[in-house]
Amino acid sequence: MFELLGVPPQALFGQLLLGLINGAFYAILSLGLAVIFGLLNVINFAHGAQYMMGAFATWMLLQYFGVPYWGALVAAPVLVGIFGMLLERLFLSRLYHLDHLYGLLLTFGLALIIEGLFRQQFGSSGLPYTNPIPGGANLGFMFLPYYRAWVVAFSLFVCFGTWFLIEKTKLGSYLRAATEKRDLVQAFGVNVPRMITLTYGFGVGLAALAGVLAAPIYTVNPLMGSNLIIVVFAVVVIGGMGSILGAILTGFGLGIVEGFTKVFYPEASNTVIFILMAIVLMIRPAGLFGTQR
Amino acid sequence: MAEAGAALLKVKDLHAWYGESHILHGVDFEVHQGQVVTLLGRNGAGKTTTLRAIIGLLRRREGSILCEGAETIRLPSNRIARLGLAYCPEERGIFASLNVRENLLLPPVVKPGGMTEEEVHRLFPQLQARAASQGTKLSGGEQQMLAIARILRTGARLLLLDEPTEGLAPVIVRQIGTIIRTLKQRGFTILLVEQNFHFAATVSDCHYVVEHGHIIDRIDNRELAANRSKLEAYLGV
Repeated sequence: MFELLGVPPQALFGQLLLGLINGAFYAILSLGLAVIFGLLNVINFAHGAQYMMGAFATWMLLQYFGVPYWGALVAAPVLVGIFGMLLERLFLSRLYHLDHLYGLLLTFGLALIIEGLFRQQFGSSGLPYTNPIPGGANLGFMFLPYYRAWVVAFSLFVCFGTWFLIEKTKLGSYLRAATEKRDLVQAFGVNVPRMITLTYGFGVGLAALAGVLAAPIYTVNPLMGSNLIIVVFAVVVIGGMGSILGAILTGFGLGIVEGFTKVFYPEASNTVIFILMAIVLMIRPAGLFGTQR
Repeated sequence: MAEAGAALLKVKDLHAWYGESHILHGVDFEVHQGQVVTLLGRNGAGKTTTLRAIIGLLRRREGSILCEGAETIRLPSNRIARLGLAYCPEERGIFASLNVRENLLLPPVVKPGGMTEEEVHRLFPQLQARAASQGTKLSGGEQQMLAIARILRTGARLLLLDEPTEGLAPVIVRQIGTIIRTLKQRGFTILLVEQNFHFAATVSDCHYVVEHGHIIDRIDNRELAANRSKLEAYLGV
């Protein structure tokens, strides 16, 4: 078959798929961060820990309760989302009248505590999770594992579902309006504090959902979130806060950029996102899709 | 005169603060069912603060605000709105991330008996044509119309309008005057904050004069001509 710049198509498409998978995780995680930041004005540094909790919840549901992957896909985000709502009610809600730095410090501290507790309990070597859809298809130009195809397709569905919910429904119009003028929306009769709690729960649930999807691909490890979250924050900086579609497009786009970098200049693959971040910060400090606030 | 109707809103010894600064120092007044009542006063007298205190937008308030007999001084703003009050802020509060129709449909229905979307459109025909535009792309006058229109659907019977004529062309001001009179005919009760007493005189039943966080006078609209020089002195015009 054809070659591109001396690269065999198997390698090219293989890395493209890997890039799409990483991009799917970036997109879901930065989407959750964007939704939370928009309404709560909190930079949720616990997002990585909540992603890890999603993966652990998946593992525990199978190990202790015999709940298979497909059950965990629903149950784990709900459970971790409820945990998030408790955190919001107990701690975060006390900080809204302060600068966002306080929310960042609190959630960073919570992430360290959560990760520490999981490491204490489960060690840091990682736990395996069996692939629920083994096998794959040979497409001629590449081998496509079914589970990875599922992750990409389902992530796209979740991202665009969330976009639709926020941009095109009545519920979403409350969220958008409260993101702009929270007090006025409350003065119209909307219970904004409850909406904030549910929104945080939803954002945390999205992080946990990414964790469920990750469990069969990566080993379930207490530090899996802290490794990923640094890249996700770079993605958020590039995309800019305040745009749902921006978070999705930037997430997938940067995953693909990273994948291609692995093919053409592997040495830069770990840094390419940070280099892009530096360039974007110089040209458009609010990010590609962001608005100044 | 509507004076005979029950007091829909009764404000007694209302104090309010913005952070550390004490803005209202014991405001007392009443609004009766079916009336249009104006709070007149200079810039910074405490008119807007009074409205914001009534709807619950200030963190710290003391005294008593009775709405149809129910005490609201300790309630959060969403519970106050549910009693049938609706607020139209001075800066209009149109949402940039919502289109005109979404802005119109945003405030939830708090009581039965509000206008339908068609009735609102009959009153504000220009909003229908621009339904899909971004809310903040409308002209200032249209944004003011939208800010009033969206609270008519909710079933609220007491409307708090903060300077609806501010910065608008005379032709739009006359249109807003017509709308306020139409709303009064339809049985709405309106508490209006104004600096422009010439406009207020065309729509109101009575005027309270606010100065330094107190009500210093009450002038019935029928007696406005006789009290004109006094009022001009109050307002410094």
